Amino acid sequence: MPSKPQKIALDFEKPIIDLEDKIKEMKEFAQSTGVELTDDIKRLEKKSKQLRKEIFSNLNRWQRYQLAKHPLRPYMLDYVEGMCSYFEELHGDRYFADDKAIVSGFAQIDDISLVIVGQQKGRDTKQKLFRNFGMSNPEGYRKALRVMEMAAKFNKPIVTLIDTPGAYPGLGAEERGQAQAIAYNMFKMSHLPVPIINVVIGEGASGGALGIGVGDRILMMENSWYSVISPEGCAAILWRDAVHAPKAAEAMKVTAIDAKELGVVDEIIPEPQGGAHLAKEVAISNVKKAILRNIKELMKIPADELIDQRVEKYSKMGFWKE
Amino acid sequence: MDWFKRKKEALKPAEKKDIPDGLWVKCESCGEVIYKKELEKRMYVCPKCDYHFRIGSADYISILFDDDSFEEFNQGMQAVDPLHFKDSKKYSEKYKATVKKTKMNEAVVTGTGTIESHPVVMALMDFKFLGGSMGSVVGEKISRAIDKAIETNTPMIILSSSGGARMHEGILSLMQMAKTSAKLARLANKKIPYISILTNPTTGGTTASYAMLGDVQIAEPGALIGFAGPRVIKQTIGQDLPPGFQRSEFVQEHGFLDLIVHRHELKQRIGKLLEFFAHKN
Ligand SMILES: [Zn+2]
Repeated sequence: MPSKPQKIALDFEKPIIDLEDKIKEMKEFAQSTGVELTDDIKRLEKKSKQLRKEIFSNLNRWQRYQLAKHPLRPYMLDYVEGMCSYFEELHGDRYFADDKAIVSGFAQIDDISLVIVGQQKGRDTKQKLFRNFGMSNPEGYRKALRVMEMAAKFNKPIVTLIDTPGAYPGLGAEERGQAQAIAYNMFKMSHLPVPIINVVIGEGASGGALGIGVGDRILMMENSWYSVISPEGCAAILWRDAVHAPKAAEAMKVTAIDAKELGVVDEIIPEPQGGAHLAKEVAISNVKKAILRNIKELMKIPADELIDQRVEKYSKMGFWKE
Repeated sequence: MDWFKRKKEALKPAEKKDIPDGLWVKCESCGEVIYKKELEKRMYVCPKCDYHFRIGSADYISILFDDDSFEEFNQGMQAVDPLHFKDSKKYSEKYKATVKKTKMNEAVVTGTGTIESHPVVMALMDFKFLGGSMGSVVGEKISRAIDKAIETNTPMIILSSSGGARMHEGILSLMQMAKTSAKLARLANKKIPYISILTNPTTGGTTASYAMLGDVQIAEPGALIGFAGPRVIKQTIGQDLPPGFQRSEFVQEHGFLDLIVHRHELKQRIGKLLEFFAHKN
């Protein structure tokens, strides 16, 4: 990683980063001039550790939401690269186009051959545009389904890595049936006769996420979010102004802990302190372990039973009185 | 060849009489002032321009079902505010007020009955209950209706009239999309027909789940049907939307609707579809 983008910091990360910069400066100064600063440096390093603990052990929902969108956070292809000994990307929906916001392909993780589908965001401006900010068009969902149906055909488990700020709300997307594409994916995914694991690695925005998000196990990374609309979108509608997004994040309870408490998510995958971007290898390794453990459990279940369990799993979701 | 025969009501021009306020309705599309009783008789379709006024679940029940055949089930089910959601007002309070105002318990009514003598299980959404938004109760009632269609091997119909998923129930609303879609896949595997009727408006999570999964997709003329709302799309692309964008005729032209059916013909056309499905060769 080049050192410059490492400085991208969220507001609440700033005090830590400033302090760490100061420690780095002092170290450099001590080394070049020979001035004795060891005790001062030690003191500041202790302070930095404490500060990290203070800030990161009490993250509110809005802060976690920001971590989920952190520009340095690992993206889908970082996980693929870190987890897989083999990956061959398969392109195109066979009808219209190859949507760059969704990546799908054959993969190997340790001793398991599988299919991986996920949303990919771009790191720099050019890549962001190329990936359409991780916002898929209908052909992306149709490509995903094509590849997942092939997984079923060849008896390969499916892992979906979810990271999208939403399905693309554009003219062409509507013309080509964004709603139908998402609906049809859920419809078909509910009955594919192979294990399906959905992992929300960053942003789980609404139908855009759910279009590749139906499966036997739903896992969320500790600092990811998943809800029916983004906090900004919710605030724009209910508070008539997106600046109230932090309130909307609280009200909608968008975090992994919330989703687990509400009975939607099966497992929370721990992240390194301060977020996945601060120790990518750890984050990737945690995701890999969770995926393998769940796949191995699910592979023992006969396909008919697996499908029945999957439909029943969703049929239990929600709360009501009668 | 009786499938060419459609029930048509005599077109009576609205007579302009000096009648006190409340008895006259102005057409939202052409501005024609229509005598309310006349409009009611015409199933709330403008006699001048054919504009289909938005109507509720009770109106559709009386339009579609054979007399007194509709029997509601799961009528008492209500939301419980699992998130303790609050914006300027508590969701629980807003909900209570809506129940009181609309005299309904939720944004969908489910039941069984006959249409042109054919038994069906039907779910009818109602826009006047929190914009026809889909939360846990809507998802669960529709899911149970599909279960009933499977149990009794009866065709399923869902009439949508909805702005999408209900924000006040967060991720739980979202999951109702997956729940209902999974149940419809189970229904499809049993080879039981499912007819989806889309009325004005059908958008968001409702369109992106059961509304778009029909064996036969029917819309009323001129209905707004889409995933993203027109305002959001306009903001995204930074230009005006083409005329007719996201209306039934546009959506059919792009391949996502089988039929656009005038409200006056809805019952009979659905009856014929049910007859077709039931026919054994
Ligand atoms: Zn009119």
